[in-house]
Amino acid sequence: MTHTFDTSAAFTSAAGSTTSAGPPVDDAPGYDSTSGRDSASERGGAPGQNNAPGYDDAPGYGDAYEAGFTESAGERVYTVTGGDWEQVIGGEDYSERLTVNMGPQHPSTHGVLRLVLEIEGETVTRTQVVIGYLHTGIEKSCEFRTWTQAVTFLTRADYLAPLFNETAYCLAVEKLLGITDEVPERATVIRVLVMELQRIASHLVWLATGAMEIGATTGMIFGFREREKILDLLETITGLRMNHAYVRPGGLAQDLPNDVVRDIQAFLVDMPKRIKEYHALLSGQPIWKGRMVDVNYIDAASCIALGVTGPVLRAAGLEWDLRKTIPYCGYETYEFDVPTSLDGDSYARYLLRLEEMGESLKIVEQCLDRLKPGPVMVADKKIAWPAQLSIGTDGMGNSLDHIRTIMGTSMEALIHHFKLVTEGFRVPAGQVYTAVESPRGELGYHVVSDGGTRPYRVHVREPSFVNLQAVPAMTEGGQVADVIVGVASVDPVLGGVDR
Amino acid sequence: MSELVPAAGAASGRGGPRRQDAFGASGSGDTSGFGGLVRNPPVLASSSRPFGDADADTVYDALERAFPQLTDALERVVVDRGELTLHVRRDHLLAVAQTLRDDLQLRFELLSGVSGADYPDDPTGRRLHAVYHLTSMTWRRRVRLEVSVADDDPTVPSVMDVWPTADWHERETYDLFGIVFSGRDGLERIMMPDDWIGHPQRKDYPLGGVPVDYKGAQVPAPDSRRSYS
Repeated sequence: MTHTFDTSAAFTSAAGSTTSAGPPVDDAPGYDSTSGRDSASERGGAPGQNNAPGYDDAPGYGDAYEAGFTESAGERVYTVTGGDWEQVIGGEDYSERLTVNMGPQHPSTHGVLRLVLEIEGETVTRTQVVIGYLHTGIEKSCEFRTWTQAVTFLTRADYLAPLFNETAYCLAVEKLLGITDEVPERATVIRVLVMELQRIASHLVWLATGAMEIGATTGMIFGFREREKILDLLETITGLRMNHAYVRPGGLAQDLPNDVVRDIQAFLVDMPKRIKEYHALLSGQPIWKGRMVDVNYIDAASCIALGVTGPVLRAAGLEWDLRKTIPYCGYETYEFDVPTSLDGDSYARYLLRLEEMGESLKIVEQCLDRLKPGPVMVADKKIAWPAQLSIGTDGMGNSLDHIRTIMGTSMEALIHHFKLVTEGFRVPAGQVYTAVESPRGELGYHVVSDGGTRPYRVHVREPSFVNLQAVPAMTEGGQVADVIVGVASVDPVLGGVDR
Repeated sequence: MSELVPAAGAASGRGGPRRQDAFGASGSGDTSGFGGLVRNPPVLASSSRPFGDADADTVYDALERAFPQLTDALERVVVDRGELTLHVRRDHLLAVAQTLRDDLQLRFELLSGVSGADYPDDPTGRRLHAVYHLTSMTWRRRVRLEVSVADDDPTVPSVMDVWPTADWHERETYDLFGIVFSGRDGLERIMMPDDWIGHPQRKDYPLGGVPVDYKGAQVPAPDSRRSYS
């Protein structure tokens, strides 16, 4: 018999359920996943522990944190509350196999990812990925808000790439409305502009956190330093650093402020130097390469089988970037390259993301050249609000312009504005699937309308969610320390994974 | 109720349940004239060939060549907004999926995702829909498969053998909708806790929430607020 040590009694039940491969259990009232743990009959006594029979005999009232062991799926699972291993296991013979919980509260898990690792010595023999700790029901909440309000929920899914969420969702709604071609040119260019800025910011967070996780803390400082500049730009454009709710069905919430173009140009001059700095700091560094080269290898065929897209797939050799292959937002008219690599390891993913930052800079530059004055919202007044809310010159309240338009010129405009804001617009029935290339891969939105003022169903195909499935393939057979590199190289954002 | 289109004679292109007057009010003595507006409920629709969409026609023709029993396997075919949806009978799902993946003219190598949808008013009585979004990386096309099952027999064969990536997608769909994917291991909850009761994304599952006091008034919980649709 092999023995499994579980150092975290609180999670025993979830660990047991992930390993079991029984038939699907529906919500039968008698189903209780904790019964195996608490059942007194299965509980063994550890030496030196007081197992008062009267207390333990009552099913369901046993102390979940009490030391001892249980039999689960033919394996003995020990619960340890302190003391000495030799005493706890009673001098039994045991193998070297340990089950270790990494997460959900672990600095390298990008939030609340939980990994259950089976290790023999330093070698990982099995990796299980457990998610759901950050599930907030974003998809469900959308069904109770208007089509425009749903943006404010979805922007919070993948919180390192909120503008990608917003754009992908709005493209879906616009397709349902049949107004894809009516979205003004300027709105589309600004969407591309902010998305590419955000792609750089997202890759910078990946660089910063990934570097910190393997001990390169200077990389962390560098990454967050430049990301802050992009967040400043996005704050100037949208009003918020994150969770912008800036892209709306039909266009944008507001136009670019006057002097932001100058700031972006300054950033475009500065950023290439910074990318050189990252190369100088990290790319040739022996420890950096030692931790990443030939580590967490995965090939292109496995990527496709597991649904992995984005930098991980491109680092494995397939030039698959939705901006090129299934273009949207006019990406086919921009000039940029899709970097690829044949190495398929963590180091290739690192180099590839640095290159992608450079390509995004190219696109941002082209966006600035294309900015022509014009509207940023569709002309259809059944979708666009009749007047733009904006702050007055005193910094408080609505602008006089807004009040003049909406209150002074037409009572109908006021009624219409009120109806549009509270009730929302109707979207013709049907379903669509649209996808954009987020920093992590294919970010898809399956949106269903029943013809009403609220989304009937919004499903997010989250690249982080799908790509995490590849972590066992990357990490099993490797070292424990490489698991951290592997998870980092996938770049999961748990807000998107769990939604 | 999926692929809803307005019934013939509907007042406008916007679908939705049968509605009278512009804003859903009744008995208000409205003299504006909007009270006479009637919108009919939607009906299940099926597109007829040729679809008038190059990609959809190509995919359907290739599938018909590669899979001769196609008419038995499909309930409906819908081409809407340039997207092809094949409503597949669940007994034929695996065969159709395998053909879509392997045939040289089809080559849908990538399963982009599986999502569920709940249509309690589905006229066929099969309210739970599993929706598969397929991507052909070779031909750069997308197609959607949809399988519907009833609440009391919610079993759909798993496509994990065809596309291993379906693992977590199916677990999520099972967790949130209660569609049981058969012929695979480890179909367990993935988002909700293991001992959760109910499937939260179903339409009859409440959103929850509590009323909130705001500036002297009480704002009701989101799912008990006034709905216009």
